[in-house]
Amino acid sequence: MPEITRAEVAHLANLARIDLSDDELDHLAPQLSVILESVASISGVAGDDVPPTSHALPLTNVFREDVVTPGLTPEQALSGAPAVEEQRFSVPRILGEEQ
Amino acid sequence: MTDTLVAFDDVLATYDPALGLEVHVELNTNSKMFCGCPTEFGAEPNTQVCPTCLGLPGAMPVVNGKAVESAIRIGLALNCDIAEWCRFARKNYFYPDMPKNFQTSQYDEPICFDGYMDVDVDGETFRVEIERAHMEEDTGKSLHVGGATGRIHGADHSLVDYNRAGIPLIEIVTKPIRGAGAKAPDVARAYVAQLRDLIVALGVSDARMDQGSIRADVNLSLSPKGSGTLGTRTETKNVNSLRSVERAVRYEMSRHAAVLDAGEKILQETRHWHEDTGVTTSGREKSDAEDYRYFPEPDLVPVAPSREWVEELRGTLPENPTARRARLQAEWGFSDLEMRDTVGAGALDVIEQTIAAGTTPQAARKWWLGELARRANEQGVLVDALPVTPADVARVQALVDEGSLNDKLARQVFDGLFAGEGTPDEIVAARGLAIVSDDGALSTAVDNAIAANPDVADKIRDGKVAAAGALIGAVMKEMRGQADAGRVRELILEKLS
Amino acid sequence: MITRTAAELAAALAAGETTSVAATQAHLDRIAEVDGAVHAFLHVDAEGALAQAAESDARRAAGATRSALDGVPIAVKDVLATEGLPTTCGSKILEGWIPPYDATVVRRLKAAGLPILGKTNMDEFAMGSSTEHSAYGPTRNPWDLDRIPGGSGGGSAAAVAAFEAPLAIGTDTGGSIRQPGAVTGTVGVKPTYGGVSRYGLVALANSLDQAGPVTRTVLDSALLHEVIGGHDPLDSTSIDQPLPALVEAAKRGAAGDLSGLRVGVITEMSRQEGGLSGWQAGVLARFQESVDLLVKAGAEVVEVSCPSFVHALATYYLILPAEASSNLAKFDAMRYGLRVWPEADASAEEVMRATRDAGFGDEVKRRIILGTYALSSGYYDAYYGQAQKVRTLISRDFDAAFERADVLVSPTAPTTAFKLGAKLDDPMAMYLNDLATIPANLAGVPGISVPSGLADEDGLPTGFQILAPALADDRCYRVGAALEAALLEQWGGPLVPPEEKLS
Repeated sequence: MPEITRAEVAHLANLARIDLSDDELDHLAPQLSVILESVASISGVAGDDVPPTSHALPLTNVFREDVVTPGLTPEQALSGAPAVEEQRFSVPRILGEEQ
Repeated sequence: MTDTLVAFDDVLATYDPALGLEVHVELNTNSKMFCGCPTEFGAEPNTQVCPTCLGLPGAMPVVNGKAVESAIRIGLALNCDIAEWCRFARKNYFYPDMPKNFQTSQYDEPICFDGYMDVDVDGETFRVEIERAHMEEDTGKSLHVGGATGRIHGADHSLVDYNRAGIPLIEIVTKPIRGAGAKAPDVARAYVAQLRDLIVALGVSDARMDQGSIRADVNLSLSPKGSGTLGTRTETKNVNSLRSVERAVRYEMSRHAAVLDAGEKILQETRHWHEDTGVTTSGREKSDAEDYRYFPEPDLVPVAPSREWVEELRGTLPENPTARRARLQAEWGFSDLEMRDTVGAGALDVIEQTIAAGTTPQAARKWWLGELARRANEQGVLVDALPVTPADVARVQALVDEGSLNDKLARQVFDGLFAGEGTPDEIVAARGLAIVSDDGALSTAVDNAIAANPDVADKIRDGKVAAAGALIGAVMKEMRGQADAGRVRELILEKLS
Repeated sequence: MITRTAAELAAALAAGETTSVAATQAHLDRIAEVDGAVHAFLHVDAEGALAQAAESDARRAAGATRSALDGVPIAVKDVLATEGLPTTCGSKILEGWIPPYDATVVRRLKAAGLPILGKTNMDEFAMGSSTEHSAYGPTRNPWDLDRIPGGSGGGSAAAVAAFEAPLAIGTDTGGSIRQPGAVTGTVGVKPTYGGVSRYGLVALANSLDQAGPVTRTVLDSALLHEVIGGHDPLDSTSIDQPLPALVEAAKRGAAGDLSGLRVGVITEMSRQEGGLSGWQAGVLARFQESVDLLVKAGAEVVEVSCPSFVHALATYYLILPAEASSNLAKFDAMRYGLRVWPEADASAEEVMRATRDAGFGDEVKRRIILGTYALSSGYYDAYYGQAQKVRTLISRDFDAAFERADVLVSPTAPTTAFKLGAKLDDPMAMYLNDLATIPANLAGVPGISVPSGLADEDGLPTGFQILAPALADDRCYRVGAALEAALLEQWGGPLVPPEEKLS
């Protein structure tokens, strides 16, 4: 029976960058276990010979011409930003490494 | 902290290196990978963005067909198979310069796979096997404010420009390269150099390592000599010059060996390359926490290049740069050194075209690697960016060959070309540069020179013909260089015999 | 004015009997009157709507109307980007965000001359079946203000049911147009996947989402569908083919003749025994009556089995959270929306974590965690990968069923509207509301929900779902209009929520 432990929820929340409180962790772990138990019912329903469907309709090769089209002005681009400096998005200090 | 290092030769006594290279090539398409924003380098911040590349809620990607075409051409040039059907996938991780917090990339279905490139190192050929080449998008760029200048550590906050976000990238990944031994650093460098040449020949990228349009990540591991196993690898990121590729491999080999010699284990981690000091430092440790949760991108439909299209693109491939270079070197009779200089100056194409316009190989090389290379160097560009065409150079050389110009006058013609004064012939006419071989004018100048230098004239009369040079110089000075030096010499000797 | 259908309003405008400004003002007045109780709207743009209406009137005076619906006002679900109008998706994390661009659907509405009244309430990021998961408070069902209007598009359905708008746009990922339609006694259409552009629709689950019409009549849906549908080069999954003639199909259906049509009743979605449990008796009774009316109109009924449909819910609750967990990663406090500082010198990563904790509601967090789990290494094959395979089986069931029937039918939702709060703490019970609507999203086929009456036990609306093969949306309209005509004749007029409850 699949079960998500509290520690696993904490790990997943970390991957998903959500700072869950202890209360939320306590609350979510059993709820997710219930949901997971239910959705796990599909394991084994489809055999190895069944191809997966990632797209509802079988379209392929939808391409754009390589031409420049009008985008946003910097003012529009930055209009929703919590903070702006030097026509750039101002973000809190970045830990870790440069990309 | 300074790393302990083992001398390079000692590394090889104990260990076998295995290399792996991941090279990102930024394509030179007009528009981005998934939207119609322009891709010009160096634009004002956030002026080349739209809802899609800014990751605004609701916006959707559409694949740039030209980028797919470029990916296929790169794959074909690397002798890859081209997928009959493949998908884009999302690589999920959070980083402020990535607008959607996932990168649209390809995962287990790359468009190109299983290729190779033969790399020449000092006359020896190494076959570098290509695992895959896939399509993805670039990220934005962060400027770190406060703290030590420009560095991420200690910065107070960061400023993000998304102009680069969404520019098409092709990531080319090799299989582990083994058996290079002492030549591992050279093989790494030669691979990247040859790959760059190939990209240039294909015309799919600006291929400027200094501007980041080609970026290399260098993987390295050591295994006990002769064991045939693969050791734990490190990945040194963003090694952005050919010389650095070589140095980074050399450094990591020495560092790995020291760690292993001390009985410790290599951490599987990302390393940062420091161009200034020539060392790598530890980045993030690769751990289980790094889980990219790839899945097929539902907003894009699969790419299924028809075999007809692939064959059509195969027909557009340029001659393999290595083969072409060998062919041209033989045809032109250049030495290895001359050929290396030619390639290094980016002058292969212009020299080829100059020769095609009728100039001898040595003359073409003389101009392009001499006078013109000097001027290009002053301007900080490659010779092919100068306002001088191969046809111009061929014409100038033709004028020299027929005696209408000498080298000094030819340089003045180039001045005129740089100043936009017209064709070489127009410049010669306008500037009055043609050499004077009319005996009347020359004869007067020679008489003047003899009169002004009686001592020299006497020496020549006494049979010291070598002294004629001084008189020739005087004549040339009077004629402001526009005299046929050979004819001047003949006239002096006639008059003083 | 407000009780007129969109088609009637369009006719009145064309005949010069009224103006767009008058029609728009009447609906704005109605919103002012009842939306305090219903809370269908998150944002009302009176000024903008009236300006657009005045432009429409000017166009009409100049003989330059842009579409059949030029001047007919509309409400838009808050999940579609509207330039200059707030777009929150019912979430705190997007509070105050004003998009600098229009969704393609919105652009087409504007191009066709429909004044936009405002943005309608929804479950946060369209996650829910009751609109209770809106960060801005629930919408209430005009039939009973203590009950849910369905979800996630409860706002659009309630607005139309309460005569606050003649037309609305909804989006349907697992039933968010059709199920609210069923429980509010309105019509809702989920078009064929790819039939209406998703550009500018803030994605919940990209491979399932479709925008579509929310109206009071089948003809109105067809009219609206023709305005918003059709190929869009900005959406790679958009179908590059002309829409079928939907209005024509609706008119043909309303004439009442269905002879030769094969109607497939899906065993797994219409029988208590052998299929799914939890179906309300009144819902099944109204369903059977509607089937009988179709037979009376000349249709032939066949029973079809779609055995994989029993796995649709589980499949859906793996695919949706997986895609959603990735889609919602972009809400990170860096470029737009909420930014929460856990402490003064917090790092970007800490700000992201704190903002996402404060800005997302419980249901969103549940699904993000579930989706992160389903995609994480070691679980992908067992969960997401397996769900994609079952999706194939579900599509195959549809293919087989459509060999035997031209359309498939079922009740839209297993129950009538339940009380607010009844299922809030029981996610699985909430998820079961979408049992009958989910298979269409998984296979990409179109579906419509048409009001089928009131359940005997509680006097609340029930819905009848008609599903057609991909690209055959016209069949939904033809059969839907035929059923609507037969029911209207039986009832003597449309079902209308009791007015006294709204004031």
